[in-house]
Amino acid sequence: MLTGLPRPRPDNDTEPFWRGCAEERFLLQSCDDCGSFRWPPGPACPRCGAAGASWREASGAGTVYSWVTVAVPLHPALADQVPYVVGLVELAEGVRVVATIEGCAPAEIEAGMEVELRFDTDADGFRLPVFVPKQPKGGIS
Amino acid sequence: MSAAAAIVGIGQTEYSKDSGRTELALACEAVGKALADAAIDAEEVDAVVRYDWDNVDELTLATHLGFGNLRWMSQVGDGGPAGNGVVMHAAAAIAAGLAETVVCYRALNGRTGARIGHGSGAEAVAGAEAFQVPWGMVAPVTQFGQFARRLMVEHGTTSEQFGAVAVAMRRHAAANPAAVMREPITLEDHQSSRMIADPLRLLDCCIETDGACALVLTSAERAKDRPKPPVTVRAGAQASARGGAGEVFRDQLDRSEAEVCAADLYRRAGLGPGDVDVALVYDHFTPFVIIALESFGFCGRGEGGAFVAGGRIEHGGELPVNTHGGNLSEAYLQGLSHLLEATRQLRGEAVLQVEGARVALSCTASAGTSSAVLLEGNG
Repeated sequence: MLTGLPRPRPDNDTEPFWRGCAEERFLLQSCDDCGSFRWPPGPACPRCGAAGASWREASGAGTVYSWVTVAVPLHPALADQVPYVVGLVELAEGVRVVATIEGCAPAEIEAGMEVELRFDTDADGFRLPVFVPKQPKGGIS
Repeated sequence: MSAAAAIVGIGQTEYSKDSGRTELALACEAVGKALADAAIDAEEVDAVVRYDWDNVDELTLATHLGFGNLRWMSQVGDGGPAGNGVVMHAAAAIAAGLAETVVCYRALNGRTGARIGHGSGAEAVAGAEAFQVPWGMVAPVTQFGQFARRLMVEHGTTSEQFGAVAVAMRRHAAANPAAVMREPITLEDHQSSRMIADPLRLLDCCIETDGACALVLTSAERAKDRPKPPVTVRAGAQASARGGAGEVFRDQLDRSEAEVCAADLYRRAGLGPGDVDVALVYDHFTPFVIIALESFGFCGRGEGGAFVAGGRIEHGGELPVNTHGGNLSEAYLQGLSHLLEATRQLRGEAVLQVEGARVALSCTASAGTSSAVLLEGNG
């Protein structure tokens, strides 16, 4: 994970997600009326408008939709952390999330590549989900 | 609103990398020049439509320039798309009879003040940013680079095709005394320029500028008596994508709402892409010129990369685009400078004049939102 960047400021709509991260769980809201998942977290269902939602843990499986390899530090905290890959990962639940894609050379990344969830923790104990190439079954993750 | 309003005045400051002036001073100069161009007194201004991003608010501007009573004050959001947006909203207010003389402006010390192209200095982030910044999506190039990648993935668009846009814009800027970047570049220069957020290189990114520009619009009736030939606003359109907040969460990154915007625009104007003599395209990053030309019907989906090559979008080509040099090379005034160039073209006073230009399209495709206006000359 990248370290030293601005931290999220949780509010009533998003706090469960960040609490989930601290527990190494990637939580998504599922609409209580129509069942659809949504991202980013919010107080209403974009599909049907219902307010009620339940937080469910994502399977952690996803595919790469898009990505860039950031070569220059665009924030002072990134001075020693370039290059890194930040992309859009389509989760099995159907939503697309922003995350770093780690554990492989940028040149190995391609659209549709299968990735899986991992949690990383910085020196302050702040925890973020990242994605790595899907490991072969029984392999080391 | 069709043809009820016209642009009758334009004004701009020097474009530079270090204005040494306040944004208020820049705004006052540009607006003052636009009013002088229109031969309209400041006290006759009865409406202001501005970018909601602008640090200069309408009351401060009105106070310092001596505007009379403002009967209409509104703001358009979302940065770059607001360039066409303010013109559309000004024309709509005039068409509705709610205002007669409207000032629009964009003033920013974009190089020496807060730099939009760089990461924010905030200690904590909220809203959509909270789901981007912690993973290093810290600046526009890291968001809009995702769109560039999808163009390449879905349509095989190449970096060299992005480069053709950069080369064309610089060629136009080289002829424009007001442009900040006038040194000609080649495709090789583009290909060897520093990688910023692969696939986007330095020369795929717009510049950052200190400066201001402004427009004055009035009713078609009043426009007839102005010193310069009026430029009629034939139609305007805005479009938001489904899931547009945060830019990258929308359903499709290579297209989204721009095609909807184009359809609304052409229907309202009763015109089509074949009627456009010159196009002004919001070019914060080169791939967005390609997305816009496809979306606004100048070529098929996926064909924009080939379309921009070979000089087709250069002055003298089939569809001249950004004859002032655009955001990439003239100045970054967040899209409003494109409306000034459209006006110059339709008055017949552009440096790189398109012979007989009668209809200009100014459009912004999928840069947060999409927006467009169709303008017609009366010269």
